[in-house]
This record gives sequence, structure tokens and C-alpha cells, in this order.
Amino acid sequence: MALLEVKKLGISFGGLRAVDDFSMTIEKGELYGLIGPNGAGKTTIFNMLTGVYKPTDGSIWLDGKNITGKSTTEINKSGIARTFQNIRLFSKLSVLDNVKAGLTNRYTYSTATGIFRLPKFFRTEREMTEKAIELLKPFELDGDADLLASNLPYGKQRKLEIARALATGPKLLLLDEPAAGMNPRETAGLMNTILTVRDDFGVTVLLIEHDMSLVSGICEKLSVLNFGQLLCEGKTGDVLRNPEVIKAYLGE
Amino acid sequence: MKHRIKPATRKSFITYAIMIAAFIFVEILVSTGNASNMFQGLLVPFCVYSISAAALNLTVGILGELSLGQAGFMCIGAYSSAIFSVCTKDTITQAWIRFPIAMLIGGIFAALFGVLIGIPVLRLRGDYLAIVTLAFGEIIKNVFAALYVGYDSNGLHFSLTSQGDLNLAPDGKMLINGALGISGTPKDSTFVIGFIVLMISLVILYNFTNSRTGRAVMSVRDNRIAAESIGLNITKYKLITFGLTAFLGGVAGALFSHNLSALQASKFDYNLSILILVFVVLGGIGNIRGSVIAAIVLTYIPEALRKAGSNLTNYRMLIYSIILIIMMIFTSNAKIRGFFTASFMRLKGIVFKNKSAVKEGE
Ligand SMILES: Nc1ncnc2c1ncn2[C@@H]1O[C@H](COP(=O)(O)OP(=O)(O)OP(=O)(O)O)[C@@H](O)[C@H]1O
Ligand SMILES: [Mg+2]
Repeated sequence: MALLEVKKLGISFGGLRAVDDFSMTIEKGELYGLIGPNGAGKTTIFNMLTGVYKPTDGSIWLDGKNITGKSTTEINKSGIARTFQNIRLFSKLSVLDNVKAGLTNRYTYSTATGIFRLPKFFRTEREMTEKAIELLKPFELDGDADLLASNLPYGKQRKLEIARALATGPKLLLLDEPAAGMNPRETAGLMNTILTVRDDFGVTVLLIEHDMSLVSGICEKLSVLNFGQLLCEGKTGDVLRNPEVIKAYLGE
Repeated sequence: MKHRIKPATRKSFITYAIMIAAFIFVEILVSTGNASNMFQGLLVPFCVYSISAAALNLTVGILGELSLGQAGFMCIGAYSSAIFSVCTKDTITQAWIRFPIAMLIGGIFAALFGVLIGIPVLRLRGDYLAIVTLAFGEIIKNVFAALYVGYDSNGLHFSLTSQGDLNLAPDGKMLINGALGISGTPKDSTFVIGFIVLMISLVILYNFTNSRTGRAVMSVRDNRIAAESIGLNITKYKLITFGLTAFLGGVAGALFSHNLSALQASKFDYNLSILILVFVVLGGIGNIRGSVIAAIVLTYIPEALRKAGSNLTNYRMLIYSIILIIMMIFTSNAKIRGFFTASFMRLKGIVFKNKSAVKEGE
């Protein structure tokens, strides 16, 4: 059974058909790319997958479960975590606390336990801190744990968002332009990190990216979106050689 | 790993230490006869306003929602606890048992109303909470001002029109007499009790903020969409926070009503809500210690000016406003604040090692 199955997904904003008749299947463990020109509807698809937008048509299945129309909170609980194209960190929390916030639903104690500082509070908080540091390590952020998230340089903020998403223990990780604003060296580092994360955390990755070195370097399969519709899909090498795709990217 | 918990913990313990030192100082002033009657009369109000402001800062600073109805919650706490005390003062004669129960009742009733108005309003996005709490505070005040409650051997009697409509039996007693309010509340509030309740409130607020729930609440404040994307239940965290603010507001109200032998609902008007909000803003949004200090300083200044002598008395409100403006400039202007912080740091010989370290709750 596929991990993610998207069937004939569509959404309209007023008169604008932002995504139309879009289908996609992602197998467990895959590193899948979603590419397409600006305004093609890629982020809109992420927003539908995570419940930020309710699709007008079609359905979304995660691990055989229909998650169409569920709330963002519920969808995260069923196993999808994401990052954002415009970084959305908890800017007044520390780097460590951003990740610990992501652990909220996995390491629990009651509000009263927290207020009265019962032993479970100290035990659970210590476990959370240890787990958070472990999650920061692959992104080389463990040294910045005490910094405010907003004081991190741009590239590190993107990495922190990935660490926070991983903290929720997702089956499927959605990355919206993870390399945006990074220089080639940082991008190369990020490619390694994404591969490591996929293997070490056992997650399936779906990413949106304009940087072709990253896409061709790590994505195993691709779907190409153009004007809200699927242009073609398949193995990365085949897709990137497809004349239709080249035309969509370079224009007529 | 241990040092990671420190900044927040240190901050709360510094606050506790300042409060205890201030308490001891005041006790010495009073016992050596160096405190004026005016000052002694302000000691319980200091505690009332500090608790209420610190509690409101939880909603305004930690949750990031504007509430303009803190006086409404204080009103509910004041009345419900006072009714309890008036009814039970003959059966539970010991104040040290009765008063804590009364405060708890005040807090619980206020929290109940907080959650009741929070459930529909906190689901909405935007500044609806400010509008609804503003209306709520005024409604509560007006309802209590029109309420007649008495009790006799048949139980409690209610009326919204007049005392006569209660049809009390001859052995009956009035509890709430419309706009005249409530009288005969035992004067259980003392500075010592007020201080203890303030300390407990501060511990609750700091521990809440520095816990899993507090972290989730601040995540919701910083970025709602991201908070949803990591599986946080926005409404739940908003309700818990708003309920706790209302609870402590109710406790403050109970402290207030047990400090006066006669209490009118008109005290809990819109101006009081705004005053508490001013304490929060000037003390620093999200800075719990600041709320307490602002509440005390800004409660003391107008009274001190009133007593200061005829000239100053005339210009009392003018001076008060100027002080408010100066405080606002000092607390809101990053450059001025930065200058003072920097000088202070240099004074302490601390070089900017921790410049970007986390300031808890801010
Ligand atoms: N909430 C919305 N209301 C109206 N139109 C929207 C909304 N969200 C997206 N759109 C429109 O849908 C289209 C697709 O936008 P989307 O952000 O998904 O593009 P994208 O493929 O992510 O582009 P980019 O590569 O620039 O990020 C655009 O025309 C955009 O203006
Ligand atoms: Mg996009």
C-alpha cells in the first residue's frame, strides 16, 4: 500500500482554478520531488495535504486512511509534518524550545503537573530536552540551542523548521523549498542532511524545490506541475529529459 | 544539560526574592511605626492589583490575546466569595479556614465564566476577544448592580427589580442590595494573606509559562499556522490560558471584597479593566515581574500625590499622566531601554556573552 495517495485533487479560489485533477502516489521511504514554474500551485498542494486549505474536489489518503478535509492539527497527528516556504518559526522561543514545542504531543504531562512541579514534570522535561538535542544534531544546531530562533541566520532557520517538523514523529515530511536562500555549499550540505534524515528517522520525504542541483541530486521520483495541472511524472532522470518539462521551464 | 533550564528558573527566583525582600521591608516599616495610615491601607490593594495584572499578562503577553474585561472577572470573584463568606461566617467561624475556601470559590466562578465566554470567542481569529470581554465586563457590572439577593430559612431569594420583590421571611437577611452592593463581608484580607496569595499566584504563573503547556501557548502566540502544523490544539491552549487568567482575577476580586465592609459593583467598571491593562503594558508585555512592580508603583503614586499637600494634590492627575508617559517611553523604546540595559550590564562587568540568550516569557 502506498503511503500517500492523492486522487483527482482540485481547488478553486473564486474564479481561479489553482490546482486541477491532480493525482500522485508516494511509496513508503521514497524521496519525492514536486516541481514546476512559479505560481504552478505547488504550495497550494502542500496546503491541501496539511489541511490549511480544504480541497474543492478529490481525496487524500495517508496509509490507507482518508484524511481529506481534516484539520491541520488532526493531520499532523495522523503523520504529516511540514515546513513553510516563508519560514514560520516560533520567533520568541529558543531554538531548543521550538523543537520541544514539536514534541508536545509525544511527551506529555498535565498542566497541573507542570504548575505543581511534580516529579513527572522534571523527568519528562529532561527526556524532551535530550530528544530535542538529538533532533538538532543532524542539522548542526545543537550548539545554538539557547539562541532565540529569530536570531539564527536564514539557512539555519530553514533547518530548524525541519527539525521541529521531525519532532512530531511524522511518517511523511513535506519540505517547501528547503534550499531557498542557501548558497551552493549550504545546499550541498542540506542534500546530505535530507538523505540522512530520511534514512535515520525512517520518514518519507516530499519536497518542493526550484534548485535543480538538489532535485536531480536527491529526488528519486518527480511530479511536474504546470498551471495547476500535472504535466508529467516518473523517475527523476526521465522527467528532466522530457521535452514538455523543458518547455514549461524555459517558456515557448 | 542542567544549565539549559536556568535562565527562566533564575528569573522566577529573582522575582520571588524581590517580593520577599519587599515584604520584609514593609513589615519592618509597619512594626517600627514608620508607615503612614495611607500606606498601610494600600497594602492589600497592592496585592489585589498585582495578582490581577500578573494574571492578565498571561493572556496578553504569553497568549497574545487582548482582554478588556479583567474587572468583570474580579467582580465575579468578589461577589461570589463575599456571598459565601456572609452566609457561612456564623457556621465557619475561623477565618483561616473560611477565607481560602472563599477565594477558591471566587476563582472557580470567575474561571467558569472565563471558559464560558472563551469557548465561542477564542475559536475566532482576530480581536474578537477584546470586543467580547469589554462587553462582558460591563454586563457583569450592571447585572450585579441591579441584583437583589437575600436568604432566609427557605433558602436564597433573587430579584432584579427591588428588595421588596424578594419576599423575605422576617428572619431573612439581605446579601446583595442592588447598587448598594454587598455589606457585612468579614474583613478577612490582611497584607500577610494578600502577600501569600500573590506569591502562590506568581509561582503558578511562572511554572505554567515554563512548562509544556506554556511552551505550547507561546507557540500559538508566535505563529498560529505553524503551531497547528505541529499538531497543537489552538482552542484548547487558548482556553486553558484564558481560564487561568480569569481564575486568578477572581481570586484577586475575593481579596478585594474581603478588604472592604461594603462593596459596590460600580467599582468594577471599564476603567478598572483599563487600569489593569495599563499595569501590564507599562510593566512589559509578557514580563510578569514587571506587571507586579507597575501595579504597585502606579497604585501608590496617585495616592501619595493626593496626600502630598494642596499644590501637588491639584496637579495630581497631571503628574500621574506624565509619569505614565515617561514610563511608556522607557519601557517601549528599544534604544532607551537598550542604553540602560547596556550601562547596567557594564556596571556588573558582564560583557555581551549572553546578548541573544533567551529572555523567558518576553
Ligand atoms: N489563498 C489564496 N487565495 C487566492 N489565490 C491563491 C491563494 N493561494 C494561492 N493562490 C494562487 O494559486 C496559485 C498557485 O500558488 P502557489 O503558491 O501554490 O504557487 P507555487 O507553485 O507554490 O509557486 P512558487 O514557486 O512561486 O512558490 C497562484 O496563482 C496564487 O496566486
Ligand atoms: Mg510555493
